[in-house]
Amino acid sequence: MTSLTSITLVDVTKTFARVRAIDRISLEIRDGEYVCVLGPTGSGKTTLLRLIAGLTSPTSGDIKLDGKSVTYVRPEDRNAAYVPQQYALFPHMTVRENVAFGPLARGFTSEESLQKADEILRIVRLAHRAGSSPHELSGGMQQRVALARGLAAGASLLLLDEPLGAIDARLRVMLRYEIRRLAKEVAVTVIHVTHDQQEAMSIADRIAVLREGTLAQFGPPSEIYTSPESPFLANFVGGANFLEGTVVEKKPETTLVEVAEGFRIAGPASAHLVGDAVVASFRRERTSILTSANLEENVVPGKLVSTSLLGVFLRCSVDLGRAGTIVAKVPLREAIEQGLPDLVGEAVCVSTNRDAVIIFTRPKRPLAVELEAL
Amino acid sequence: MLGMAPRLLAWMQRPSASSQVFHIRRSVGQVRGGYGVTERARSQNDRLHRQVVTENTVSRHAALFLDSVSGSRSVRVITYGTGILFFLVIVFVPPVFGILLGWPKILEMLSYPDLMTRAGSAIAASFAIAVPVSLLDLAAGLPLAWFIVRSKSAWVSTIDTLANIPFIVPTVALGYSVLTFWGSDQGLGGLLGPQFILSPGWQMIVLLHFAFSYPVIVRVMVGALQGYKEVYEIAARTLGASAFTAVRTVSLPLLKPSLIAAFLLAFARSLSETGATIMVAGTFENGPVFIRNARVAGLESPLIFVSFVLIVTSSLFFIAVRFLAPRMGLPISKVIPGLETQLSSKHSVRLRNLLTFLAFILVVITPSLFVVLPGVDAVADGTLQSMVSGSGIWATYWQAVGLSYLIALVATGLNMMMGLPVSILIARARGGKLIAGILDTLVNIPIVVPSIALGVSIAVFWADITYIPEFWLLVFAHSSITYTYFVRSMIAGVESIPSEVEDVARTLGARPLAVFRRLTLPLSKYALLAGAIMAFTRSVDETGATLAVAKKLTTAPVLMVDWVRGTIPASASAIGLGLALLVLTSFVSLLVLTVASRRM
Repeated sequence: MTSLTSITLVDVTKTFARVRAIDRISLEIRDGEYVCVLGPTGSGKTTLLRLIAGLTSPTSGDIKLDGKSVTYVRPEDRNAAYVPQQYALFPHMTVRENVAFGPLARGFTSEESLQKADEILRIVRLAHRAGSSPHELSGGMQQRVALARGLAAGASLLLLDEPLGAIDARLRVMLRYEIRRLAKEVAVTVIHVTHDQQEAMSIADRIAVLREGTLAQFGPPSEIYTSPESPFLANFVGGANFLEGTVVEKKPETTLVEVAEGFRIAGPASAHLVGDAVVASFRRERTSILTSANLEENVVPGKLVSTSLLGVFLRCSVDLGRAGTIVAKVPLREAIEQGLPDLVGEAVCVSTNRDAVIIFTRPKRPLAVELEAL
Repeated sequence: MLGMAPRLLAWMQRPSASSQVFHIRRSVGQVRGGYGVTERARSQNDRLHRQVVTENTVSRHAALFLDSVSGSRSVRVITYGTGILFFLVIVFVPPVFGILLGWPKILEMLSYPDLMTRAGSAIAASFAIAVPVSLLDLAAGLPLAWFIVRSKSAWVSTIDTLANIPFIVPTVALGYSVLTFWGSDQGLGGLLGPQFILSPGWQMIVLLHFAFSYPVIVRVMVGALQGYKEVYEIAARTLGASAFTAVRTVSLPLLKPSLIAAFLLAFARSLSETGATIMVAGTFENGPVFIRNARVAGLESPLIFVSFVLIVTSSLFFIAVRFLAPRMGLPISKVIPGLETQLSSKHSVRLRNLLTFLAFILVVITPSLFVVLPGVDAVADGTLQSMVSGSGIWATYWQAVGLSYLIALVATGLNMMMGLPVSILIARARGGKLIAGILDTLVNIPIVVPSIALGVSIAVFWADITYIPEFWLLVFAHSSITYTYFVRSMIAGVESIPSEVEDVARTLGARPLAVFRRLTLPLSKYALLAGAIMAFTRSVDETGATLAVAKKLTTAPVLMVDWVRGTIPASASAIGLGLALLVLTSFVSLLVLTVASRRM
């Protein structure tokens, strides 16, 4: 018997005034797992969290904690602590009293509760601020108090709503590892809502990508990056180039997609048939620029339109004429060796590996609408 | 994974002896489940949950029991239900619809055409005074509010305090004060000559209403201006608008909701005021004075008729302004640059401030403070002694004062108990947005309806139920009149708490009552106190409804009206002293509020 919590959602739907905020989501989160719920603004992330916390009830479907249905169980009986974006630390209580709130509410004596609060404050390294008011603490400290408060309440499940949203960009990167470490060390299951895909990629055991209230994909970060299930996912997580076309030829190892007259992209074997409308996609960081033309597979001539520096990458836009524009993220060192910053306006070739290409069925909506982050 | 144990140990540098929960032994946990959670961490977590409740005090268990009961749906329904029932049965229905029980009397009135004309002109006078007075107050009060919020002058806090005086002085005292200042040789007449002495009548009612509605406007507008971001105005200035133009085209339209609220409050106050108006009315009649005169004369049907008409028209007027005014635009499409730049000049601003202060001091402050003069005489001529000994007219005075405070105490207590659930229901939209929205509007009605009409309605409603003692009828009437003050304050208090705070507390294991006890109440206690004191002072001050409901009992303000009108003979210094005590207690209540709010 373990006190960690597994979560199961069965066909959960939540409708607000005829808008489906959550649309038939089913998923299973294992105990002790650190799951990031990733999605653009308005995709239903917070609603999902509030449903699991019991702060709203689903229009239909079932929510189970440890296999037991809790759909109509009150929030205080779920052992799932909700940590909202601005933490909602109780302003009239000290840090210590904030953390002791949960144990007190659950019927512990005030002595026991304060003792428990002190222990947990030590774990989050805030024992020295126990007597402070929440507003005297920095954003990072407030966040740790909010986590401590949830843990002290005996929560085996932490529901974090954009826990790093209110924190400076520089500190944010550091703190995300700390949250994960804390969660693992005190052994809780975590659902962490964020719209920052890098944050999700770097700390999640698995990522659930939400879009328009539906579950777009659920899997480990590497899987979401390497095998996105839709053009939206490829674009939203990591970004990619997209070329619309038609399957024109199938070989045992290769699928050829014609994206403009006389311009073919070779991808790996796929289930698509000749004549299918598809989208060929490949990662920007797996796109390279050749300064001398050769006639290999997936090498296309174009014109280098602009470059900009993205940290360790040089972002290069290449105009392919009728087929559109391709963006390549070239490692800076390579780019400088190639002299790319000086080649703006010149003819170059872009190239990608056949295995880097993913072929999607072309979505019903226009591609630009489909990719739009909503 | 292997690196974790040392890290953990580093985190817990000095585990205290009592710290069993997170005591870690030097061991590397077994990995289970593949998510980096060790068995050690798991068992730690287990232990955290398994602590037992050991302390055993009765009060704690009572609290825990009540908390746990509060989770049940039926308990919640009963709590909110009782609140709503109290609101409907005591606060709302009798004062507003009770009058309909007097329908035959209303119809009877139709057969007295001369009385009808008199009633009609009284009602018309009520509106004819309330509307322009409120507009004038708005025009005169806004510059002062502006000055209080924006000026860096050293006088700001003094003026801010002075602007509250007509608020602190109970209206009956204010009425007498205005009467002495404008209408006796002790006041303006003594200074300028007898030809400047006003006789009681509509002019004096206008002056009185202007003075007592003024602080309402200033308070509402100061609050609104403090919350208003000057940045819009600054943006307008950098885009080429003069200060006057920026305020007229940007700030005022943005402040419109507050302007409307201020107007409505001033209007309701003017329409409703009874005690002081009777003192200064002379032979002139507006709605409340007419009702009072009819009551003194023992005429029932005109009394009920005018109350009915006042209830209907004031509610309709309120609803109309509430829904139509936000849709009316302020004229901003045209700018006259030359004139408006001139109006923004230093000289214009100085002139405007000068006029504002003149009006404020001459028409608002001085007449309000005049009640002090006869009070001073009273100390010298021995009235104070007979007051303290309680001889002569003072015996009834002390009874009346005692009754006033007892009623205020009971009514405020009732409102706090019964108004709390309703405030939360409205602020948090429990039980649906529709119910909350309807209640939100209904809750305002009792302060819109003129209080004497409200009292008549209550008297008619309960007339057949003779076993309710008169005292309780007065309590009901006062509950009704003060309910809005308490509930509105409490709604604002609860709304200022982010609902997330309460959500989080629930997920941390707190039952609804525990959330209320430990979060909602402490975080809104200032609003609670402010609401309670407003309700209390309003009740002590109440004249109209008391006049209408009371048969044998007399409260302090009603007695004061009788003294001033000469129904009960009393010397000027007795009146002054009697009123001074009321001013004093009102002042002390507000002092308590200020001190308490600072300590919170």
